[in-house]
Amino acid sequence: MYRYDEFDHSFVQARVAELRDQVERRMAGEITEDQFKPLRLMNGVYLQLHAYMLRVAIPYGTLSSRQLRMLAHIARTYDKGYGHFTTRQNIQYNWPALADIPAILDDLASVEMHAIQTSGNCIRNVTADHFAGAAADEVADPRPYAEILRQWSSVHPEFSYLPRKFKIAVTGSTRDRAAIQVHDIGLHLKKDAAGALGFAVYVGGGQGRTPMIAKKIRDFLPEADLLAYCTAILRVYNLNGRRDNKYKARIKILVHETGAEELTRQVESEFAHLRDTELKLPAADIRAIQAYFAPPALIARPEGDEIVRLARLDSKGFAEWVDQNVTTHRHPDHAAVTISLKGIGEVPGDATDSQMEAIADLAERYGFDEIRVSHEQNLILPHVARADLKAVYDGLVAIGLATANSNLITDIIACPGLDYCALANARSIPVAQDIARRFASLERQREIGELKLKISGCINACGHHHVGHIGILGVEKKGAELYQITLGGSGDENTSIGEIVGRGFPPEELTDAIEMIVDTYLALRLDASERFIDAYRRLGAAPFKEALYAREAKAA
Amino acid sequence: MKVLTANRLIDGEVVWYGAAEAWIETIDTARLARDKASEEALQNVGKAALAANLVVDVELIDVELVGGRIVPTRLRERIRAAGPTNHLHHGKQARPDFVPVA
Ligand code: SF4
Repeated sequence: MYRYDEFDHSFVQARVAELRDQVERRMAGEITEDQFKPLRLMNGVYLQLHAYMLRVAIPYGTLSSRQLRMLAHIARTYDKGYGHFTTRQNIQYNWPALADIPAILDDLASVEMHAIQTSGNCIRNVTADHFAGAAADEVADPRPYAEILRQWSSVHPEFSYLPRKFKIAVTGSTRDRAAIQVHDIGLHLKKDAAGALGFAVYVGGGQGRTPMIAKKIRDFLPEADLLAYCTAILRVYNLNGRRDNKYKARIKILVHETGAEELTRQVESEFAHLRDTELKLPAADIRAIQAYFAPPALIARPEGDEIVRLARLDSKGFAEWVDQNVTTHRHPDHAAVTISLKGIGEVPGDATDSQMEAIADLAERYGFDEIRVSHEQNLILPHVARADLKAVYDGLVAIGLATANSNLITDIIACPGLDYCALANARSIPVAQDIARRFASLERQREIGELKLKISGCINACGHHHVGHIGILGVEKKGAELYQITLGGSGDENTSIGEIVGRGFPPEELTDAIEMIVDTYLALRLDASERFIDAYRRLGAAPFKEALYAREAKAA
Repeated sequence: MKVLTANRLIDGEVVWYGAAEAWIETIDTARLARDKASEEALQNVGKAALAANLVVDVELIDVELVGGRIVPTRLRERIRAAGPTNHLHHGKQARPDFVPVA
């Protein structure tokens, strides 16, 4: 993985020193909150309901064991022994004292991490497919390009005060696991007919108050032009994006109001000026960054098949876990393992300090020292020999993280919601816990099949509810929590925005409503191979509305 | 009825302005404003505390008395007064002297 050079080290250390000074001056009363707030936010320090919150960037979701151990150390030393992995592949600490933040950032810097640009109207942490470098269906590893974008966008002088925040996601597979079509820029790495690498470029996707699917404005951009083209997009946005209204300031609104065709023209005309400048990426530079992401030297471990076969016979739990949480690797003797942070009744995305340490140990021992954070709030060991799967499984059982529910209805994305978040209207976590308990039976979950359920505690949509097959949005109505259900959303290569099915439900009726939707699907699907999302697309909302509301319609 | 709440600057701890004219860590003995004049007095206390860099995010919030105890009207403020509902061992509710409102 990428290693800091001298410049990176001194840059991050200088930023920590700067914030330390700012924190000291703030605590000495030399600067006011109004002056301090933008400074702390530039370093990922928020104030939430109960305490400060620190958001730490995990570039493209990639961690080494050493880094994960440091995240555990921070959770234990400065927080309450846990961290929350987010849909942006970051980690958030919910309880740090302001006075401790500089020390935390020192600790992070010692393992080449920081919290810069995890807030503010700048280019945020670039996210990527969590199976990058491992997936069997991948054209090339997208992370070198994410790293190039990270370096280019870090304290970029022109793009540090954009109209609004800006999110970029990259995938290297046709099967999109990075939700690129709901990002400000989505990049799909692919090859042209001649075998050269480049990108399909999507612009103007996003969730929040006004969900929009990105428009493809380029089918193939040569890799050398990545920075020139992104600069062109950001320039057009920086110049024309709305600054008069926070809710209309994202590039999705600009794309919508300008029209994709005209916006493409503007971007292309800017690009024409930029393409042959110093922004053109020399092939040698790209290869140099790629070298950091060289795949581990995977050796043949053909004994894996037999070991897995025998272990499956021996342990039903292992067999179920392999079926659900193990993904095909490009190397036949290896696999990518999803560590579900969605134990039944647990908080989606939370991991304790000792769990993080145990995962770091497993990664070191069996996983070439690599861990990924998925935008679905799980952790991944991307390269595990099939012969070692049982050992990894046993290690996960020991720390309570062997739940075999990847991509099933209890693999729920949930934002922190009103239990922590200052912007929330309703709670998300207890809703997720309640639904997970209702569908706890793995047999039932597997019968239902792939179903993406996503919950946000307010319209900011950090919980990605717009692209949930079933989405849940918490609102406040007359001082009480109320939950709106959307159906038919999807955040993959066939992105769609979910549609509100009808009136919302109070918390005590919500899980019943979800069950009603699921039962309706089960009754109407063609067969077990027709996933919920496919059935919804075929049937439309009508049967679900009927099931949820028919009785009251008749009563009325 | 209203009380004055904020987060303490140095550690973010949720605090209320108390009957005994100090910032306190549990809501029970917060100073109640029952009329416009006392609301204004509280607001001035808040402004002064913000200016003195003791607290941030100062806000006057609605409360009710339930069985003689102060209970915020909004769920958000009830969660601030107790802690996250999913982690009963975190926040105010984890304190040995914390008595939940029945
Ligand atoms: S969706 Fe709303 S409630 Fe949830 S984390 Fe984001 S801002 Fe907070």
